[in-house]
Amino acid sequence: MNKDAKALSAHRQVLAALLLATCFAAGAQTISLVGKKAPEFTRRDFSGTRINLAGLRGKVVLLDFWATWCASCQVEMPTFVQWQRDYGPRGLQVIGISMDDDPALARRMKAKLRLNYPVAMGDEKLGELYGGVLGLPLTYLIDRNGIIRAKFQGETDLKTMEQQLKALLAEP
Amino acid sequence: MRFNLVRVAAIIAIPAILFAARTRIHAQFGWGAPPPESASSIPTAQLLQPEELSRLLQAKGASKPLVLQVGSRMLFAQAHIAGAEYAGAGSQPEGLKQLQDRVAPLPRKTFIVLYCGCCPWSRCPNVAPAFKLLHNLGFANVKVLYLANNLGTDWVDKGYPVEQGR
Repeated sequence: MNKDAKALSAHRQVLAALLLATCFAAGAQTISLVGKKAPEFTRRDFSGTRINLAGLRGKVVLLDFWATWCASCQVEMPTFVQWQRDYGPRGLQVIGISMDDDPALARRMKAKLRLNYPVAMGDEKLGELYGGVLGLPLTYLIDRNGIIRAKFQGETDLKTMEQQLKALLAEP
Repeated sequence: MRFNLVRVAAIIAIPAILFAARTRIHAQFGWGAPPPESASSIPTAQLLQPEELSRLLQAKGASKPLVLQVGSRMLFAQAHIAGAEYAGAGSQPEGLKQLQDRVAPLPRKTFIVLYCGCCPWSRCPNVAPAFKLLHNLGFANVKVLYLANNLGTDWVDKGYPVEQGR
């Protein structure tokens, strides 16, 4: 093999290794969306009403990814019910996105917890849109202009979340 | 005498009726059902750290484990450990059936690694029932991947190999 052929072969090997590494690394990385525009989505909630994130401009949105198998989620959700009741008149809209595989389980949980906000089913596409929902609970606070201002993952101090929520509600 | 018989019958019948009603309500609504066993119940010796698994996945031959995800399929579809298979949610009876069917043809000495990563470790409802099932089936070489927070934080963000798709 001459020098040029060897160089070409080495070049191809490096390229192949890079492509392989890209396949492993790309797409699945969790991406921070804080400070960025919240990805738009439209879903039907369990009552058949359309949830359109773009249509909620002017409101502060608490977007909660949850599932019935997530015990921490169920600890938080009654507080979200309370906040929807207390802060709804000031412009809060809570939206629940269930990451359950079985919608029937999510529907039952919505009834059991008497959720007073719309809940829709999620899927991997929506998860990827939001930077990878690779662990629950996961909550985003979105300001009145549609910008993601905070992300809470795992067991969260709800007082901290409430303070940030109130600060967003106070913004014009 | 007759009064005593009625009283005994009532003592037996009332709890039975209440138990049957409770079971029916649980089956219909999932209310008040006992929570699944926590991941914290898994013996420490059976846990595997992410860096250890990453090393094992690079090995060739017999030392490479069969990696099974026993949590949510939706999370699996977004990202899973490279080479892992989805084996059903350990917290659900149908999930455990799926796991049982998957391992049925395997030799009992097969090196299996279970993982979930849905939630913070102590809150994960899936890995402990799955581990218990394999233990009861006689699998002696089973480890459980310790993911303190979730798959995203403890595996994906650390750059360990992942794949996507169902």
